[in-house]
Amino acid sequence: MQQRGIISFGAYVPRRRLARRTICSANSWANPGLAATAHGHKAICSHDEDSLTMAVAAARYALAERPEDNAPDMLVFASTTMPFADRQNAGVIAEAASLSENTCTADMGGSLKAGVGALRMALERPGETLVVAADKRLTRPGGPQELRIGDAAAAIVVGEGDPLAEFVARRAVSVDFTDHYRSSDAQFDYQLEERWARDAGLLHIVPGPIRGLIEDAGIGGENIAHFVAAGLGNRNARTIAKHCGIPEGAVTPDLHAECGDTGTAHPLLLLTKALQSAAPGEFILLLGYGQGAEALLFRATDTIGRASGMTGADAMLADGVEDGNYLRFLSFNGHVSMDWGMRAERDNRTAQSAFFRHRDTVTGCIGGRCTACGTPQFPKSRVCVNPGCRATDSQVSEPFADKPASVKSFTEDWLALSFNPPLMYGNVRFAGGGVAMLEFSDFEPSELAVGAPLAMQFRLKDVDDRRGFRRYCWKAVPPRELSTHTTADKEMEGASHG
Amino acid sequence: MAEGIRDKVAILGMGCSRFGERWDCSAEDLIVEAFGEALTDANIERDRIEAAWYGLSSDDQGPGKSALSLTSTLRLPNIAATRVENMCATGTEALRGAVYGVASGAYDIALALGVEKLKDTGYGGLPERTKGTFEDLWFPSITAPGSFAQFASAYVAAHGIEMDQLKEAMAHVSWKSHENGAKNPKAHLRSRIDKEKILKAPMIAYPLGLFDCCGVSDGSACAIVTTPAIAEKIGGDGPLVTVKSMQLALSNGSEIGFDEWDGSYALTTRIASQRAYREAGITNPREELDLIEVHDCFSITELVTMEDLGLADVGHGWREVLAGTFDADGQVPCNIDGGLKCFGHPIGATGLRMVYEIYQQLRGKAGERQLDAPKLGLTHNLGGFPNKNVCSISVIGTC
Repeated sequence: MQQRGIISFGAYVPRRRLARRTICSANSWANPGLAATAHGHKAICSHDEDSLTMAVAAARYALAERPEDNAPDMLVFASTTMPFADRQNAGVIAEAASLSENTCTADMGGSLKAGVGALRMALERPGETLVVAADKRLTRPGGPQELRIGDAAAAIVVGEGDPLAEFVARRAVSVDFTDHYRSSDAQFDYQLEERWARDAGLLHIVPGPIRGLIEDAGIGGENIAHFVAAGLGNRNARTIAKHCGIPEGAVTPDLHAECGDTGTAHPLLLLTKALQSAAPGEFILLLGYGQGAEALLFRATDTIGRASGMTGADAMLADGVEDGNYLRFLSFNGHVSMDWGMRAERDNRTAQSAFFRHRDTVTGCIGGRCTACGTPQFPKSRVCVNPGCRATDSQVSEPFADKPASVKSFTEDWLALSFNPPLMYGNVRFAGGGVAMLEFSDFEPSELAVGAPLAMQFRLKDVDDRRGFRRYCWKAVPPRELSTHTTADKEMEGASHG
Repeated sequence: MAEGIRDKVAILGMGCSRFGERWDCSAEDLIVEAFGEALTDANIERDRIEAAWYGLSSDDQGPGKSALSLTSTLRLPNIAATRVENMCATGTEALRGAVYGVASGAYDIALALGVEKLKDTGYGGLPERTKGTFEDLWFPSITAPGSFAQFASAYVAAHGIEMDQLKEAMAHVSWKSHENGAKNPKAHLRSRIDKEKILKAPMIAYPLGLFDCCGVSDGSACAIVTTPAIAEKIGGDGPLVTVKSMQLALSNGSEIGFDEWDGSYALTTRIASQRAYREAGITNPREELDLIEVHDCFSITELVTMEDLGLADVGHGWREVLAGTFDADGQVPCNIDGGLKCFGHPIGATGLRMVYEIYQQLRGKAGERQLDAPKLGLTHNLGGFPNKNVCSISVIGTC
């Protein structure tokens, strides 16, 4: 039987990092105690990002690294902050990632352990599965959750063949312990007393399944080289490790200072970090916690070195922009109602019949390529745009999402409506041919220039508050500067030079 | 090849309302104001008008997308009337309909009237527009200044100049128009503005500041056209003014979707102007045109239009602007009435307002801003966006 395990992974952390000192200084009048926690940053979605757009970004990184010869036949999206309660979110991700129409899709939520749960389900079924987890949790201004929680996504491709890490065993426990909860109609979590949550909950619930899992695998706690326990805090994770005989040094850092606790995504985000620092043969224990626990055990294979070339948490975290504007963060999340003027009054009703007809263009970023003259064009059209060709019905589908691009012309428009003004847009030139006028995102004013490099990203286009619909499209963003060199790389380089 | 319309149609009379924030007026009032002046000027009874073309681009007036609000306002005697709209070329399109109606022999006397009541929409800047069901899903929610501003970034990149140099030339364009507009009693904005104030104005859409943008206003303009023979028979107190050419060029998607165009010019202006010069028999526009009224929706649009019309070498328009070539006392005075900059841009009326200025200048009736015996003038509209637009060019002259 072929080995089953993790084939590839991807991570996405929004570029914007809100400095905690900014939050604390804005709220110290109400809660001076926050000052003690005013260090590091939390990753925050821009005005046009949500759990779904982050999931697409992470999924694309994960898919880019998997072998070409097969494709996921299932996609599972795990989140507690899905934009839609009844319109399958995984289905949108699948179309944005241009997966086959025959892909089985499922949403999984209800608990912060849903990401690990989705991964476990993927490991226990045949075929190749793309697991994506993302969360963008709203937090009440001025509270401790606002400081703790960040936004991110992670994606894992599970399959057979030649995995980076093979799946060894799993344990689970379900306990309806409500250290926090969020009812379906609530914006914010309700958080219970921290000491009770730790002593009566976490430390009571988690060690059992971990010890059982280690026992099942016929190894000892000391054999766990990477203990991935997200969302507990470093101190609690170390305490649990100690209870289970796992070396303290095996605890994967929780990234609190870099991005905060990213909810459902966080275990998988930390797992990318563990995979990139693991050596062949090392055991990785992944914990998902929330109304019980799921624990999964992996062993890194001889191909684990490939992980260093993939896009994990470290690369994403290294490429960020500090944001010191707390008021803007509040506005992004609807906590303050800015006066956006009359242009914000427009009706964003979506013609669903037109959207369905054009969803390859809108969701898939798929244009056309003329088979008569070879011209790539976006969007695809009935008559070729090349003045020297004009062939009719000659175009085949041409994916544009992964094409590198550059700015042909641009503006920063302070008159147009944007919830992060100015609205930036311009003519975009794609490598290999094709031009289009597109919205830019993630640029700061005065960053744009003719010739500046661009990459395409799936983002929110408009929110129709009246009908509860949100529409997405592809925008051009600055390419992430992702170093593929990780800690493991450096160690290996050190070893080869030593 | 078709012989065109050169000298087949004469302008019998024209009218133009005062442009501005006409809080006291409805579209109906503006129509009556412009039409009354034109009818008096034409020296005919209204019942002699056999057909009408009506330019109205934005909000419907009265019962929807038809010319009914024109015929009902003026109580026209059940004549043929058609509403036209073609973005910022709408007013000129109304004139083209009337001119072609007469040139074809279908009518002896026809009316072209354009109106727009923008200030009731409540917007500063043009109102939000619908983009249909497809572009709405993915196309940026652009504005007019944001799209035209891109001429500037592309121009700077194409010609290797500094943005500061271009901004100075753009400021000169706006300064010049305000100088001209100050002399025009029908203009919306009638104050002179110094260049420093223009350069320091708040940013609307980089690099366009407030004074790089035309105003938003209400207005109406109107022309009554006929055959030269009838015009001569009816007579008048000035020289016979005829239409030398009317040309229109629309984008087909190549600028926005095919990578040949560099973004620094309007392809359609280059195409329409060449056709117009050919139809009018113009071989050296810079020497032959005595004045021009161009679509200065934004200062940068006027600047690149000087090159697109062949009045400045490509890449040198900004130098010509700074040298004063297009000032009131320059070689080719541009927007001597104050342009869109000072009149604002009531879309349906703008093209006809431009022709009105040429007509007044040719007949020596332009008052304080009268040029020295002009014989030939050109109007230009550019509707839409640099990468997808409608361009209309008209040449009007004395016989």
